[in-house]
Amino acid sequence: MKKEKYLAAIIDSKGVQRTLKRLASEILEESDGADNLVFIGLHTRGFPLAKRIIDCVKEEEHVDVPLGSLDVTLYRDDFGRRAESLQMQVTDVPVDIDGKTVILVDDVLYTGRTIRAALDALIDMGRPAKIRLVVMIDRGHRELPIKADFIGKYLPTSLGEEVSVKLKNIDGEDGVFLVTATEEGE
Amino acid sequence: MNEHLLGLEYCSKEEIESMLKAGFSFKEVLSRPIPKVPTLRGKTVVNLFFENSTRTRISFELAQKRLSADTVNFSASGSSVSKGESLRDTIRNIEAMKIDMVVVRHQSPGVPYFLTQCTDSIIINAGDGLHEHPTQGLLDIMTLQEKLGTVKDLKVVIVGDILHSRVARSNIYGLQKLGAKVALCGPPTLIPVQAEQWGVEIFYNIEDAIRWGEVLNVLRLQLERQHSGLFPTRREYAHRFGVTLEKLRQVDKEITIMHPGPINRGLELEHDLADSEFSVILDQVTNGVALRMAVLYLKSGVSTTEQAISQKK
Repeated sequence: MKKEKYLAAIIDSKGVQRTLKRLASEILEESDGADNLVFIGLHTRGFPLAKRIIDCVKEEEHVDVPLGSLDVTLYRDDFGRRAESLQMQVTDVPVDIDGKTVILVDDVLYTGRTIRAALDALIDMGRPAKIRLVVMIDRGHRELPIKADFIGKYLPTSLGEEVSVKLKNIDGEDGVFLVTATEEGE
Repeated sequence: MNEHLLGLEYCSKEEIESMLKAGFSFKEVLSRPIPKVPTLRGKTVVNLFFENSTRTRISFELAQKRLSADTVNFSASGSSVSKGESLRDTIRNIEAMKIDMVVVRHQSPGVPYFLTQCTDSIIINAGDGLHEHPTQGLLDIMTLQEKLGTVKDLKVVIVGDILHSRVARSNIYGLQKLGAKVALCGPPTLIPVQAEQWGVEIFYNIEDAIRWGEVLNVLRLQLERQHSGLFPTRREYAHRFGVTLEKLRQVDKEITIMHPGPINRGLELEHDLADSEFSVILDQVTNGVALRMAVLYLKSGVSTTEQAISQKK
């Protein structure tokens, strides 16, 4: 497990709920309703986050929106640069994404490399009409020309810091925290 | 994790579990519209087959292609081996052409280990003599997990020519490490003397074995290795040890039938039984590709260089 040293609370639990609601509204406004949407959450925290945004969409529009999960391990560009291959998580995209508006969801946008891998993985699965990116936190330090379409909060960080997004449906509490990464044993 | 895959005897339980888990992930990849991922782009794998093989070689080759690796096939017939080149020289020459991984099948046990001593490439054992066939053992376990959920406490009987079977050895090591109970069944002449030290039950009567087991992994009677009179006739073997629907009907329970192929239909396994609902033989073949992708992926990602370890995140 990764040890984290707590620095500051960025968003509290009420704030997280408000942010999710706003993101859902913005997505619905831009897409003119939920008809053609497919949400795809990235592992590990994008998937539960996508679930929460869908809950807000449901509240507003009273419709069910399809949700998939995507693991991008096999598309990463750092294969062989680690001491061991990463174990994969579940990929399950239950609907055909051809012609759909795919809402790609991740918790923190950082270098942009995960998103690059996710775009390649999605395009191998079909030809979506549009792909939009939603993130809870954009912490800067991009290494690729990638930007998010819907952002919970823009949070400039230093390289030694990390952002930890906690979600009720997997962590038992909502909140966004700034932490420093110390010893990593993942 | 070990860099090479020489046999399941040398793998830890965790290592076996991680290969199986990845196997199921790759099975999902194979169901995608484009069943191919770019992970091993730029890696070159040589399939070095000194012994005949259809299934295993095609399965490995497909696994490599679906991971975007470059593959080269080598078969001993018509190669410089027939001109008298030594194994060491063959592998050193192939390695000089810049390769990353070697999948090897050879009639002599220990060849994969020998290759690890004379090259820097990653070596995957695709069957060495009577020793081990680890990917077959893994795909058998994967197929059982898929059908039955878990192999823990599962009673698996390996039936037939245990003496000449590397598949049996890999199955025994793998299954026992995951907590399954393993038994062997066959004529005494085809059960190796040291089997008693493997911690397995031994049946000399197929009816007893069927009563005991939940799974029968029926091995191929290796006719090409049967010249020394280990059993009287094929007909007698089929009568006494062949697995038939009639023998299965003697017990009131569901039995799963596996076979590593190729089948001698009507000899070790009744013709119709191989295609019946008891059989998971074609699932074994399907899972073989996914499982081999998992092995290639996990092994080629193992890096022993200082740089990679320092970059470990």
